[in-house]
Amino acid sequence: MQTIICQPAASPALFSAEGVVGIIFLVTIALMVTGALIAVHAQRLVRAVAGLAVCFTGLAGIYYYLLSPFVAMMQLLIYVGAVSIVIVLGVMLAFPEEAAPADERRTTDVIKHRSALAGPVAASIAGLMFAALSVLGLKTEWQVFPREGEGDMHAIGITLLTTHGMVFELISIVLVMAIIGALVLAQRGRN
Amino acid sequence: MQLLNLYNCLPTYVVISALLFSFGVYGLIVRRTVIGMLISAELILAAASTNFLAFNRFLAPDPAIGQVFALFIMAIAAAEAAIAISIMIAVYRNYKSIDADDLVDLQR
Repeated sequence: MQTIICQPAASPALFSAEGVVGIIFLVTIALMVTGALIAVHAQRLVRAVAGLAVCFTGLAGIYYYLLSPFVAMMQLLIYVGAVSIVIVLGVMLAFPEEAAPADERRTTDVIKHRSALAGPVAASIAGLMFAALSVLGLKTEWQVFPREGEGDMHAIGITLLTTHGMVFELISIVLVMAIIGALVLAQRGRN
Repeated sequence: MQLLNLYNCLPTYVVISALLFSFGVYGLIVRRTVIGMLISAELILAAASTNFLAFNRFLAPDPAIGQVFALFIMAIAAAEAAIAISIMIAVYRNYKSIDADDLVDLQR
């Protein structure tokens, strides 16, 4: 077990400041997992979107623990504030009801057969992927490189606009194209 | 690796992102509507950026690069969500449904 990387490696006492930080981390993980479960399992799509927002809030807490408070803020702003609201708007405009068993098209044999198989097959595939990725993450001998920068907001801004300036501009173009494309697509077919 | 020191350990974050990824894959398979699949795809993207930030915190020499990459992933995910929602609205106008079982014109 010497390959597991912990920095620092010592475990704090329960009632010290670091112990409280550890407890809050566990609560954050619980929040994220609960949100993800709701997002995947809820029958009504509005509840799934609310679960997604809860999951992303917990994830922002985890990003904060990863020493990236700027990314955590952006996570709250972009995902919880923008993407979830956009999906809620989509649900509102295209009001799909996922739980509609009375529909006679869904009771034909093929589709019923598929729905009966879909749950266990999906669960086993996802469980296998989770187990494989976790074992991979736990068993790999990670190589730690010595630190060179600080990784604060100042460094992020400089890296964003000098080293990765080209990608930054490309992403700006992609966002403009996405805005125009969304407008054109959503307007097509309207009388 | 004790329970209260989990937040200082790299495998915790790798397992968390694996969990998010498998939730996303599960949702992609079981969801019947396109919006449900979009929600699961967002979970998968979040798992990817969690992985980037974890390796950025523990292994990378310059800890700014992983954060920049996570910001790029967020921008792409926001653009993808906007485009996907507008496609769904256009599809709903034509088919009066966003159930993936109804969008099978190319199979016939």
